[in-house]
Order: sequence, then C-alpha cells, then structure tokens
Amino acid sequence: MASEGDRRAGLEVDEPRRSRILGGLGSVEGPGGAAIATLSTIVFFVVVGVAITHAPGWHEVRKTFFDWGEFKSSFPEVARAFLLNCKIFSIAECFILAFALLLAVLRSLPGPVFFPLRALAIVYADFFRGVPTILVIAILGFGAPALQVSGVPTSTTLWGIVALVLVYSAYVSEVYRAGIDSVHPSQEAAARSLGLTRGQTLRKVILPQAVRRVIPPLLNDFIGLQKDTALVGTLGAIEAFNQASIDTNATFNYTAYLAAAVLFVAITIPLARFTDWLIARDRRRLQALGAFA
Amino acid sequence: MNAAAALEIEGLRKSFGNNLVLEGVDLSVGEHEVVCLIGASGSGKSTLLRCVNLLEPIDAGRIVVAGQEITRRGVDVNLVRRRIGIVFQAFNLFPHMSVLENVTLAPRLALHRDRREAEEEARELLGRFGLSDKVDAYPDHLSGGQQQRVAIVRALAMQPRLMLLDEVTSALDPELVGEVLDVIGELAAGGMTMVIATHEMGFARDIATRVCFLDGGVILEQGPPEQMFGSPRQSRTQQFLQRIVSAHRL
Amino acid sequence: MGSRAPRRLHLLALAAAATAAATALAGCGGGTASHSPTTASTAGGSCAKSHLKLVKPGQLTVGTDNPAYPPWYAGGTKSSFWKINDPSTGKGFESATAYAVAKKLGFSRSQVHWTYVPFNRAFAPGKKPFDFDINQVSYTPARAKVVTFSTSYYDVNQAVVVLKGTPIASVHTIAGLRRFKLGAQIGTTSYDFIKSTIKPTAQPAVYPQNAGAVEALKNKQINGLVVDLPTAFYVTGAQVPNSEVLGQFTSGGGAGYFGMVFAKGNPLAACVDKALAKLRANGTLKQLQQKWLAKATGAPVLK
Repeated sequence: MASEGDRRAGLEVDEPRRSRILGGLGSVEGPGGAAIATLSTIVFFVVVGVAITHAPGWHEVRKTFFDWGEFKSSFPEVARAFLLNCKIFSIAECFILAFALLLAVLRSLPGPVFFPLRALAIVYADFFRGVPTILVIAILGFGAPALQVSGVPTSTTLWGIVALVLVYSAYVSEVYRAGIDSVHPSQEAAARSLGLTRGQTLRKVILPQAVRRVIPPLLNDFIGLQKDTALVGTLGAIEAFNQASIDTNATFNYTAYLAAAVLFVAITIPLARFTDWLIARDRRRLQALGAFA
Repeated sequence: MNAAAALEIEGLRKSFGNNLVLEGVDLSVGEHEVVCLIGASGSGKSTLLRCVNLLEPIDAGRIVVAGQEITRRGVDVNLVRRRIGIVFQAFNLFPHMSVLENVTLAPRLALHRDRREAEEEARELLGRFGLSDKVDAYPDHLSGGQQQRVAIVRALAMQPRLMLLDEVTSALDPELVGEVLDVIGELAAGGMTMVIATHEMGFARDIATRVCFLDGGVILEQGPPEQMFGSPRQSRTQQFLQRIVSAHRL
Repeated sequence: MGSRAPRRLHLLALAAAATAAATALAGCGGGTASHSPTTASTAGGSCAKSHLKLVKPGQLTVGTDNPAYPPWYAGGTKSSFWKINDPSTGKGFESATAYAVAKKLGFSRSQVHWTYVPFNRAFAPGKKPFDFDINQVSYTPARAKVVTFSTSYYDVNQAVVVLKGTPIASVHTIAGLRRFKLGAQIGTTSYDFIKSTIKPTAQPAVYPQNAGAVEALKNKQINGLVVDLPTAFYVTGAQVPNSEVLGQFTSGGGAGYFGMVFAKGNPLAACVDKALAKLRANGTLKQLQQKWLAKATGAPVLK
C-alpha cells in the first residue's frame, strides 16, 4: 500500500497496475519503489548476461545451442513435425475433457448402490496418475499391436492418443472433482429443493459452476499434455521432439531442440492469454454469492 | 384426519452424529396459517425446516404434507419438493444464470413448461414484487435484498402449497431487510401457508398467526403472538425474550 | 509426468541453464602426460605414449553405449552394469579393434578402461569423458565440424530387414521399397538414407532406441527396418525371429564408414589414424572383420 507520506504529498499511486505487476514480488512502497525494482532487475540481468557471454566456454555453447544457420535449416522440418504434436493434443484434449468429467461424476455418486462405480473411479485415478506416462505409451503403443489380434489397430498415433487420454483423464478428473467440491453445498440444496433431480442439478447447476472455477488448472494440464505429446516419439512417430533429435544427431548440433522449444512456447502464450480472458469474462459467474449490500 | 392441515409433524427426532438436535417435535400447521419459529441459534429451526423439505433424513417420527406422509419409504422425493418451496439464508441464486433463467429453470425442467410460458409467468411474478427491471441481470449485480426477493419468487414459480423460509433476512444489511419482509407479508396476505424461522421478532409479531419457541429440541411453547410476546408461560421463553429485548431486537 | 507448466521468467531459466553450462565448460584442464616408459611399437614424435593428452593419465579411456550389441561386442557379460556384452572382454569387432589400436599406441590391456557414453553424450559440447568413443558412429561432413573422426575402421553399407513372407520380402529394387512403411533408428544415417535415396511415400518412423525399432518390426508397425549391415544380421539372428536381410545398399547414402569419435581437434586422432593405417597394412583389421563380421556379407545388393 502507498505510504502515508506519499498520500499526503499528493502523489498519485496507481494501485491496480502496481499490484498486478509487482504484487507477487513482495511489498513495494510507492513510485520510488517501482523505479528501484526496475533498476535492480535490469542490473541483475545485465550482470548475468555479461557473466555468461564472457565465460570461457561461451563461444562453443553458443555455436552448439544457438546457431542461427542450424536454426533456419532445421526449423521448417521441425515445424512440420510439430503439426503432429498439434494433431495429437487437439484430439486427445477433447476426449480427456469429456472422459475426465465422466470419471469425476462417477466419483461423486452417493449411496451404497453406486459403490462399485466410485471405487472404479478411485482406482483408475490412482493408477493412471501413479504410472509414468511414458510406460503407458510404450505398453499400449508396442504391446497392443504385439497381441496380433486382427482388427486391433497398429497406428502409433492412435495408441499415443489413447495412452495420453487414459493418463491425463486421471489428472483432469481430480481437477473437476476439486471444482465440484468447491461449489457451495447450498447450491445443490437450492436446486434439489426446487424439485430438480440429481441429474438435472448436476447438469444445470453444479457442473457449469464447477468447470468455470477450475479453468486455470485445466489449462495447466492442457499445457502439460502438449509437452507430453513428445513422448509419442518413442513409438517412432516423427513429432517435433523426435525430428529435432534426428537433426541433432545428424549434425551433432543442438539448435534444433531450440527450434522445437520455440514452437512449444509459441502456442502456450496465446493459450494462456485466452484463458485469462475467459476467466475475466466469467468472473461474475464464478462465485456463488452470499447476501451482500 | 384433519383435512385442513397443510403440514403435520409428529414425534420428529433428528441427530447429527452424537448431537441430538430435535428430540420429538410435534407441530400442526393449517392451510393459510403463518407459523413463526423462534429460538436460540442451534435450537434446530433450520434443521426442522430442512427435514420437512426432505433435505435431511429423519431418525424417527413422521411428516405429513396435505394428507400425504412424505417420510414413508418409496416416496418420490423430487415430486414432494416441487410442492414445497424453501428459501435459505444465503447462496440461494445460481450465479451463472440471469434472474429470469434462475426463476424459469425448475418450471421448465421439473414441471416441463415450455420456455415461453415459463418466462411469461416468471416476468409476471417478478413484476408483482418490483423486480421487473432486474429480469436479465445476474445475481452479482443485485443487492442482498434483491437476491432474496428473487429467491422467494423462484420458489413461488413452482406454485408450492407450502413455503418454508429459513432466516431469510438474517444475513442482510438492516436497510435491506424491510423490502424482503414486505414481500413475505404480501405472500401471507395472499393466503400462502408458511413456516418461517426468524430472528425478526417485530415482524413475527405482526405477521404470524402462531409463534413457536423451539428450545432443547422440542417446541417448548407455542401460541398466538400477543400471548407469546406479551405473557409467555415458560420461564425459558421469558429468558429468551428477555435477551432479545435487551439486545434491542424487540 | 513430462515437463509441466512453463515458467513465467523464461529468460531467467534460460540464463540459469546457460550459466550452469558455461560454468561446467569453463576450466578446461588438460590431462598431464604419464611418465610410463614408451614401448617399441609406438610411432615416433608426438604419438609417444608419454606425450599423449589423456582424460586420465596412464590409461586409455574408451567410450561406448549400453547395451553393447553384437557383433560389435561379444563374450557376454558378468558385469551388473554392462548389458548383453561387456566391452572389456575384447571380443566383438569394435572391442577387438579398440584393443588392437590401444596396443599400437602402447597401452596394455589392463590400461584400457571402458566408460559408458550414451550416443548423445559423444557429441555434447564441453570436455569429453573419453579419449575416443567407438559406437558405430557414421562419419558425415556435418558431424565432422563438431567432433573429429578417425579414418574408417569399417566401411559400412546400409541394409534393410524384413519379416519373411510379407509383401515387402519380394522386392528387389530400391524403387520397389517406396510404397512400404520403413523405420530407422535415431543417430544412424539410416533415416537420411531413407529420405534422400529410397524416398518412400509414407512417412518413415524413427525410434530413439533399438528396442523400439525391433518391436515395431515384429508388430508389423513397420514393414522394413533400415540398419547397417552387421546390425541387420544381428537383428535377424537374435532379435526378430522369422526375419531376413532383404538386401544391402552399396551406393549413394547407403555406403559410408564408421569412425571413432574424438573431441574436436584432439591430436590423439592423428595417432589413432596412424595406428589404424598400420592395422590395415598388416591385415589385422581384415582379420578382425572376417572373424566377427563374417556373417555380415552375402546379402544381395539392392539398386
């Protein structure tokens, strides 16, 4: 907060802007504090930058990791391979959002008659969060076709998607569960009191609120999914990371990995901004309101 | 069989774990009666109302609404709840829906009214209680008093034969309490059968046909408001009212 | 889980990583030469054993990957670390060649020390943990910009492995391979060869590990696996039952050579080249090839 002195001096302290940019970095007093923070940040990065570029091995590191020529030549192929990552996570995410919701709803069914379904959902979530994703991909991607049962597809992309859906649905179902739990119990009471069935209440009252409330962690898991599409490369599919590895091994130069990294970051940033917009737009509807003046 | 009884409660017992909240409540409410429940916090007023609405399962006793025993096994809970309206202290409205959507949701889904019909009736109800200009607003843009009024209208949209109001003004700022009490008064004047849990003693004195004092898990004393507030018979009732008076609530 | 949420301060993370790498790179100390007596067989001049700059003075540190596959390594393994074969048995083509070169440089068997170097580590920047790495690494001009290669210790042809009785097994030409799904391993020149010479219509598959490639062939997820010829015989002999070497490629990108990998500019490479020249001249290299890679001949040539 602005100090007494600042206020008395009539200094206009732009509070919302300051708190958003600097809020997470500890208390900063007044406009003088903002200037010091900026200055020290600049000094820090300059010092680190100078230290790095004057290190004895800098030249070799720069050539190996940041070679512009290599970047230019590997980027088109890596970008083309990246389309496979995009295809995988786009398809997977649709199924994940739906399947995870089903798991979360199963988990919330009350009463002894639904115990087997609840137990199933719990075991599922525990297992697929516990087992490393790459194992699921390898076991399904190699193991399923190895059964040699006619009709079982052998496409690595398909099994990669299936594996990612199975694993990520476990994580996302827990996110949904947290969202459902965070809706005030009075909301369900109010809906049931009006005579709505459990299913109608879930569909029209609980879930619309629950899902909106967990958009940030849903985005988090989506971003994680985007990175994990690289694991499908172990099945031989040429996605961005695999392509970058191919280029790296051909030239013994790592810059291709940087090209892949750039692509992954490039899709993350707009996605994060879009989510921020989504949250801001829905902010009014996220909180069930107690009475206020 | 008392044909005029809108609500009959016999020997209602309810405990939460080891905590026995209701220890045998008997209450009979006739058609068009307005019964006010008073009592200290934790005396079981809310629990009693939630039992009538079948939100809480009861341990013993029976509840009969308009001649139908609703605590019997095999009763369709949803059907029962459609004829009983309840409004809580807070968190009533669905924040992701507009006022109109809030009011029309249950008629459309539970009573299978079509959208246009439901909306016309909703607008009419909202207009009657002075909320016409808020029809498309979202709950976060309403004051507390407006929200509670909408909550009452939403319950009315289901055309209940019995309304339960659970301390609906307790969470409101004082200047907003009046508008909600006005609405309730209108409902009473219109002949709605109501059971109202409240701290608003002045309001209870004005509107109730009968006041029941809940204490120790039973209805310790009940009677017309003049008698209850003027010359209560039980000493515990007197003590309770004394505390209210010294807190300037009466 | 794979990598999760990105950090906000990308620059800081990048700077920290680069700082760590730079710090690791800084301080290159050269190994001091040992003062052990030179043997008669070393070449004169800077290749004298006492003048060699080594990772660990007094011993020759040779790198290779784990598992050590036949026919490059043989003799089994009693070690809990090395899988399939222990390089220090001296058996298998690369193991035998490495010991032969070491002897020419003046190192006794006990002075040769094997170290685990995963493929990627061989060309990572900074100080190498080995004096040379011998791991079926193909020479390419691009790679030679980053590391120094020895001269060839084995001229290698690419080959393609298929399952017997499948449609691809009746193909006799390169053109005939085009309509099939092919696979290769990362780090080999096989993938490049597929793309530039065979030019199949379907996107080939590339596997980070041999195990994946082999599995895919067994599962019919790929129709043909392109690997170097000796490895092809190992695959058909030991890894994939009911498979055969369809043929080898002798021209274009299909022919190349394996070289030992040195840190760029390491003078030891010149000494090793001299040693290899001697081994070539006196027939040792050919002997070793015949001993360990004899099966790796006799595949039809695909044109």
